[in-house]
Amino acid sequence: MTDHAVPVGGPILTRPFKWLMALFGLSVLLLLWRFFAGLGATTALNDGYPWGLWIAFDVVTGTALGCGGYAVAILVYILNKGKYHSLVRPAILTSALGYSLAAFAIVFDVGRYWYIYRIPIHFWQWNLNSALLEVALCVMAYVVVLWIEMAPPILEVMQEGSSPFFKRLAQTTLPLLNKSMVFIIALALLLPTMHQSSLGTVMMLAGKKLNPLWQTPFLPLLFLVSVVGMGYAVVVFESTLSSFFLKRPYETAMLGSLAKVMAYITIGFLAIRLLDLLYRGVFGLAFTSGWLSFFFWLEIVLFVASAAMAFSPAVRANPGRLFQMAMLMLLAGGLYRFDTYLIAFDPGPGWSYFPAVPELFITIGIVALEIMIYIVFIKRFPILEEASPARSRA
Amino acid sequence: MVKARGFPISGDSAADKETGGVGRRDFLKVCTMAAAAVGLSASVGKAWAEAAAKGLKPSVIWLHFQECTGCTESLLRTSHPKVAELILDLISLDYHETLFAAAGHQAEDALKTAMEKGAGKYICVVEGGIPTKDGGVYCQIAGRTALDILKEVADKAGAIIAIGSCASWGGIQAADPNPTGAKGAPQILEGKTVVTVPGCPPNPYNFLGVALQYVTFGTLPALDKLGRPMFGYGRVIHEDCPRRPHFDAGRFVQQFGDEGHRLGYCLYKMGCKGPVTHANCSIQDFGEIPGTWPVGIGHPCVGCTEQAVLWQLPIAATVEIEHPTPPALYPPISPEHGGVSPVATGVAGLVGGALIGAGVMLSKKLMAEDKATTKEE
Amino acid sequence: MGVDRRTALKGMAVAGAALLASGAEDHAREPHPAPSDAVGMLYDATLCIGCKSCVVACREANDMPPERTALGGGIYDSPISLDGQTRNIIKLYEGADGKSSYMKAQCMHCLDPACVGACMIGALQKREHGIVTWDGSRCIGCRYCQVACPYLIPKFTWDKAIPRIVKCEMCVQRIDQGKIPGCCEVCPRNAVIFGKYDDLLAEAKRRLKKNPNRYYPKVFGETDGGGTQVLYLSKAGISFTDLGLPALGETPVPELSQEIQHAAYKGFIAPAVLYVVLGTVIWRNKKAEAKGKEEKP
Repeated sequence: MTDHAVPVGGPILTRPFKWLMALFGLSVLLLLWRFFAGLGATTALNDGYPWGLWIAFDVVTGTALGCGGYAVAILVYILNKGKYHSLVRPAILTSALGYSLAAFAIVFDVGRYWYIYRIPIHFWQWNLNSALLEVALCVMAYVVVLWIEMAPPILEVMQEGSSPFFKRLAQTTLPLLNKSMVFIIALALLLPTMHQSSLGTVMMLAGKKLNPLWQTPFLPLLFLVSVVGMGYAVVVFESTLSSFFLKRPYETAMLGSLAKVMAYITIGFLAIRLLDLLYRGVFGLAFTSGWLSFFFWLEIVLFVASAAMAFSPAVRANPGRLFQMAMLMLLAGGLYRFDTYLIAFDPGPGWSYFPAVPELFITIGIVALEIMIYIVFIKRFPILEEASPARSRA
Repeated sequence: MVKARGFPISGDSAADKETGGVGRRDFLKVCTMAAAAVGLSASVGKAWAEAAAKGLKPSVIWLHFQECTGCTESLLRTSHPKVAELILDLISLDYHETLFAAAGHQAEDALKTAMEKGAGKYICVVEGGIPTKDGGVYCQIAGRTALDILKEVADKAGAIIAIGSCASWGGIQAADPNPTGAKGAPQILEGKTVVTVPGCPPNPYNFLGVALQYVTFGTLPALDKLGRPMFGYGRVIHEDCPRRPHFDAGRFVQQFGDEGHRLGYCLYKMGCKGPVTHANCSIQDFGEIPGTWPVGIGHPCVGCTEQAVLWQLPIAATVEIEHPTPPALYPPISPEHGGVSPVATGVAGLVGGALIGAGVMLSKKLMAEDKATTKEE
Repeated sequence: MGVDRRTALKGMAVAGAALLASGAEDHAREPHPAPSDAVGMLYDATLCIGCKSCVVACREANDMPPERTALGGGIYDSPISLDGQTRNIIKLYEGADGKSSYMKAQCMHCLDPACVGACMIGALQKREHGIVTWDGSRCIGCRYCQVACPYLIPKFTWDKAIPRIVKCEMCVQRIDQGKIPGCCEVCPRNAVIFGKYDDLLAEAKRRLKKNPNRYYPKVFGETDGGGTQVLYLSKAGISFTDLGLPALGETPVPELSQEIQHAAYKGFIAPAVLYVVLGTVIWRNKKAEAKGKEEKP
């Protein structure tokens, strides 16, 4: 497995890290204000647009960006591509953080957060008709599963550590975890399949408020397919950034072969999308919907560009171009989600929404927190593979 | 009984003399009117007319302190028919400094007699404020302070009615800086039920309503916290104002003499205190001429019944509407809600642009790095 | 490797079949007829004079304070739309052709409400008499109901640290006392009336039949979005979309998304099967890998 993973080491409190801390600190103050003064004071949300930046980005796009673990797990554990093993731990870390912070975003987005604990517990009150219930339960379960999957690196550090209690804890728990990994990983593959597709089903209930270019019974399938592509893109993205900032060798060969998978997924996504539009007879709207046409075609262009790049062997051999391709994929998938949840959502005349400044900075602060925790983990826990001398950069 | 002075009596017949020169049918009509005006039934009006004819009239002791006598004049400023006279025939006015023919010791003796004869039954009417500073020396009648007179007379009264704003809460002399320490009767007579009929001057029918109910039934009408009868002071002017439709439609006078003023638009913006003034001036005419109240003649209400308004708020200052009601205007089917903050758009643009820019720069750097490494190889 | 890929693909096929199978047994949701004790309101726009007594009465019946807006500088109770303080409102439609009509807007109390279908934890439910009410002891404030409702009825008190969902609840507290909703009680022209749903629907149809030239030829709410317990009649020449009501077909609003959701999750069969398939594949792969490691020195 990833038995060559080691903590990267190095100082935590670098200059960039301190900037991130400042951003997070600002968002903490803004969050206190949000809880004290209510959502109206800190966001631009309104009755026409009850869901805004925090849902569209922090939750929906945030969980999609947290599907790196899901995407890599499919490759490694289902399709048995062992060569991607080194990508598993960093992907799981990104996923654990992404999902945890998406869950936190839910806590500060909902208005009556003190009842959230009831969602998983009060099963007799569950409305099984609600797609959002499925999303909520699944996401909660998946966060737990992800941190169980994150347990081995943490326990490995405990094992080497000085405290005898934690040493013993690690020694007894690690083997148990390893034995039950099959059940855990199967769950880690099942849960995202369920809730990422349900995230698409959720917006079906918006009915005619969601523009027909996006409103389709295929929403769950489209969300699921695109999230797998985004998962690989996140892995490329995060691996390239780690290598760059930590001055480690790029995993270009592995990432390049991921790119090919991404290309096919993108083709699949676009095929379903366009066929659906043709079948429903609304493809013409792609040209007559004003600024929504622009966003529609922007999505298509981003997906196509990403796929086109991924088909090129020259791109796949070049870390910079791979990074560009991954960015395009992430922008494409992210835009698709933004469009579905926000931009193509039209409650009726007279309503408008754009995130307020505190809203923006709370999101920025949460992202900063995610980056900070990621840095702490890869520097202090065995997440990334030991950089072999033969592959080190100048 | 001392007859009222100074009012012409027309008609010479005995019946006329009895009823102040008005025919018996007219007298009955007026009594009925008077009863109706204060919310009592026609049969009560008839009962009054009969009692008056028999000479059974309740005793009224009317005290004057720091006042301009406007309240009394308001009561007498009626003309069609001579209701004032009739009303003075319905009651036995046993002490009234303005209307008495007598003066000096004779008047004071009348007061003493009335108090003894009608102890526990007479109505004590208070007109004017009562100074309390320096022992109350600023108003003295027959060597006694208003304070003492009021306490003594009120002590044995069957009912106490404070007529006018001065007696109700102090009035003009109580305005800042209130050099004499003027107060209203309720503040002096703490613990006693004092009916207040504020106004500057008050509507005489409000006073009559209270007085006649007491003489007929021996009860007082429902009173609010300040002792004001609810039938006259239960609502604010704004609720019954004839110009309310203009308020609701947003038609306001902007300047005295302008087009709106000539058309009789709402005077709210000119400082009308109607929304905060409890009174019934718009629905109960003063005297018998309709429209003889400030708003009726085109001047905003100054809130003369309210201690917190009159002499306190500038006449031109607009007031809060405490209980707003829907306007005669309608929202459209799809109104505009809120807007988009340009600052937020700018910030989002900057952040998004910066991130994408950073990504592009990074990828370019990586490409250059890769080029360099391939060159080396 | 080949064995595993084949196994994986086989597994996916099994899961897919299970999905279809569980979906097939439940391909149509039961239609939602009106409950037997259903009550409703009938608003006849041809009778309404825009006096707004119903707006004032709703405030009183529900203990809601007046809503001051910028209009007139705060001297009026002048909401411009339904919101966290206003459960009922009278709006004015003015057409380009000079036609105009008042429009009373409040919760439609749908027969198959989107908000009820949306709510995860059953805070919004159709309770006695078919009245849709909000239960604050359950709501987490996620606002999915706001996303779902095609009439944009549930409103949120954004300005509060402890927010609520606010909407017309047909004065259920008054109905429990044997009274009728405030708006219906106070309307001076009976433009909005309260009664049993069946009676009101029959009355609406009767009016259309008796006086066809007076009305737009449709009772809104009879089938719209699956039907609503609040019915509307409009003036001739003024459509319901003019009055701001959405053009919904006959399908209940939540039907499609719920059909799809149930197809996948009914009885939790498909997920369970998928889990078993995934687990099997992973286990097999791990065994093969361990075997491979053994074979390689």
